[in-house]
Amino acid sequence: MKITNYIYLAATALLFASCEIDNYDEPESFFTGNIVYNGEPIEVGAREVRFQLFQPGFGALAPLDMHLDLDGSFSGRFFDGDYKLKFINGQGPFKAYEVNEQQGDTIFISLRGNTEMDIEVLPYYMLSGETFSASSTAVDAAANYDQIITDADARAIEFARLYLNDTEQVSNNGDYHRVWSDMTVGSGNLSGSTALPDGYAKPYIFARIGVKIVGVEDMLFSPVQKLDL
Amino acid sequence: MKKYIYFLIIPFLLGSCSSDSEFLDREPSNILTQNQAFGSPDIVLSVLADLYNRYYDFGTVEDWSSLAQFNVAFWSEAGRYGYFQNGGYGYGDWGTWDYGYIREMNLFLERLELSEALDPADKARFAAEGRFLRASYYFTMVKRMGGVPLILESETYDFSGDATYLQHPRETEAALYDFVISEADAILADLPSDVNTKSRASKGAVLAMKARAALYAGSIARYGASTPQVSLPGGEVGIPVSRAEEYYTTALSAAQSIINGEVGNYSLYEKKPNLSENFASIFYDKSNNPEAIFVEDYKLQSGKVHGFTIANQPRFGAEEEEGGRINPALSLVQSFETLDGEYAPLPIEDASGNPIYYDTPEGVFANRDARLMGTVIVPGSSFKGREVDIFAGIQLADGTIISGDSRGQQKEVMGTDMKVVGFDGPIDGLEFTAQTGFYIRKYQDPKAGSGQRGTQSDVWFIRYRYAEVLLNAAEAAFELNQPAVAAGYLNQVRRRAGITTDLAAADITFDRIAHERFVEFAFEGLHFFDLKRWRIAHEVLDGTPMDAATITDNIGDATKRLTQPFGLWPYKYYNPGDANDGTYIYKIVKPNRVTSADRFQFGNYYSEIGAGILNNNPLIVRNPNQ
Repeated sequence: MKITNYIYLAATALLFASCEIDNYDEPESFFTGNIVYNGEPIEVGAREVRFQLFQPGFGALAPLDMHLDLDGSFSGRFFDGDYKLKFINGQGPFKAYEVNEQQGDTIFISLRGNTEMDIEVLPYYMLSGETFSASSTAVDAAANYDQIITDADARAIEFARLYLNDTEQVSNNGDYHRVWSDMTVGSGNLSGSTALPDGYAKPYIFARIGVKIVGVEDMLFSPVQKLDL
Repeated sequence: MKKYIYFLIIPFLLGSCSSDSEFLDREPSNILTQNQAFGSPDIVLSVLADLYNRYYDFGTVEDWSSLAQFNVAFWSEAGRYGYFQNGGYGYGDWGTWDYGYIREMNLFLERLELSEALDPADKARFAAEGRFLRASYYFTMVKRMGGVPLILESETYDFSGDATYLQHPRETEAALYDFVISEADAILADLPSDVNTKSRASKGAVLAMKARAALYAGSIARYGASTPQVSLPGGEVGIPVSRAEEYYTTALSAAQSIINGEVGNYSLYEKKPNLSENFASIFYDKSNNPEAIFVEDYKLQSGKVHGFTIANQPRFGAEEEEGGRINPALSLVQSFETLDGEYAPLPIEDASGNPIYYDTPEGVFANRDARLMGTVIVPGSSFKGREVDIFAGIQLADGTIISGDSRGQQKEVMGTDMKVVGFDGPIDGLEFTAQTGFYIRKYQDPKAGSGQRGTQSDVWFIRYRYAEVLLNAAEAAFELNQPAVAAGYLNQVRRRAGITTDLAAADITFDRIAHERFVEFAFEGLHFFDLKRWRIAHEVLDGTPMDAATITDNIGDATKRLTQPFGLWPYKYYNPGDANDGTYIYKIVKPNRVTSADRFQFGNYYSEIGAGILNNNPLIVRNPNQ
């Protein structure tokens, strides 16, 4: 019996023991910033748009995914080192600038401690001058849009929609909206109205305008607006 | 006394067998040498059987859920509701990269070539079968991954520390399809043209594969032009639009070789007078079935059986305490045309919005395409001689609904004790009940014992059948601007389904072709590739929720939204003394476990190639939009 007790004791001790070589420091450097056009963040859908970081020099090269938040910001924690930042073709309602012919749109970044960096890209459109107003039955909204890419790659607006949700996460995909309706797309402006969900009881609601561009999967959004009812 | 036993043991320890050296030289009894394996046709066939057994199916009866994806059905199993509660698909979904399988097929062909003991005719047939399987797998890969490295001989690492000579770049998507087509041409002569060779390669199987591959390539060329995002500059994904015509021509001529009887007497299965029963029988009648061309076969009491019927049998009276998993969705059920060949929503309301009362639960499905009842078990129809008991509740004259939350529950309604919900449900969230109001019939085995775990089912899984050859020919003919030819082939399939009005050449549109394939091949694993090759998956699965008010619009439209499975629930009308007492009314419902809408992204058209593969081989380019 006593031997058994010793075995248990030894086993318990082993749980606390560990090998020094296993203990890496955790990544300590924050890499944060926004995806911007002329300094203004580009708002996107929830969990939709991502870019990738690659860190060469350690054998197997696997991408580190960075997802954009709704407001176009990103944040990740990494080890110090030199990384390559690459946008994925066809992701996001924008195009990455080409740095130079050889480098393509890859951006070289070096992380040494917390790093904040805004990345300039070229969006197809930008929204401005959003106005929202709520009544007891519906939310009205209007906005102006500017076409930024007007050369051979110019793309038309497929549709614009006004999304409403009861949390500040508002997007076109998944569960990120309660109701939506199509908006009227005029020349340079959008307007529309969405009825509140049936039996909506909360004293506030969040609204957001989304614009779908022909042939581009990820929509462009306005900032989320909280409205008191 | 005990000690004596030790003395007895000692001589044994000292003694030894005289033939120790022979003992070590014995031939292994569990491994065949290459000469033995390729020395007799029986053993070669065994080697080949292993390769056949590893054939990759997208949908198969061995995994019921693989046949019912993309919201053509709801899955009535508690652990699977998550499929209807997430917004889309991973980029890596449906990927396949089994170069181990390809290596073994290459080794098989090389070793077979070296064999001298085999009869040349046998050898040629075995080689053709090996090449058929290899082409089939490359076809599977190109459908899911786009162009992949084309490895046609076994390769060996020389341990030099430099493996770059083993790295091959991706071929173009067109090159893979060209390979499948040219292999089909090369092996055709060496295979038997025998209608009854169904689980091994035959001339019919090869031509059916060729027709399908050429058709897929043609449609990717033609419809890929509408989604330029889904392509790669090197052609690893995407086929130039200029090649569409050529592929469609190949598809049409390959399909017509089968239709004209050049490779055996294949025809549509038309043995039974009841057309719905006839349609269901295609999938379980294995004796002299002229429709099946190439199948995965099963056999009772052989170990090769499957549990499709166990998983999907109607829950009421099931042979095990389970079943009912695949619940076909309303979007599929209402797509079956009327016998006059009209698209029509199921008549559940009259023009002014009042419910229509039916005396029997199956009344609402009357005068529909016979394939409906051959594919779906609707309320009021029977399986294995027992009528399914599907009704969602009792509706009173004032519109009140009384229902229960356990199968066949009894409650007191206006002073009378009565059953308020069927033994097959539908009950929201109760697994194995018909949560959309429907069960699946296709592949269900009517034999006694097929629903028991101890027996299981030997219903075969048809990979190529004659109706697909007809519809492939019809699609190719339509794309080649021969609508009259297309109408002829479509009408053969439609007449078999009991549709009385033939299509004229002017009726043939892209939507017609897409619709016919949707209903004829429901649950056969082809729908997904149709959505992909026509580049309409991102429109059909656009992430927008559906609603009961618009679900009945635009039936027969190829791009009609299908992001969520809906149901159609029968209710019993209870109003003693009224003329309609005891009749059934219907309501469109969304099963409450369906909470999100599926979204197919451009990056889903071709599955992601894993980071490990990309790291090992820098020549591999990534698929677009991922």
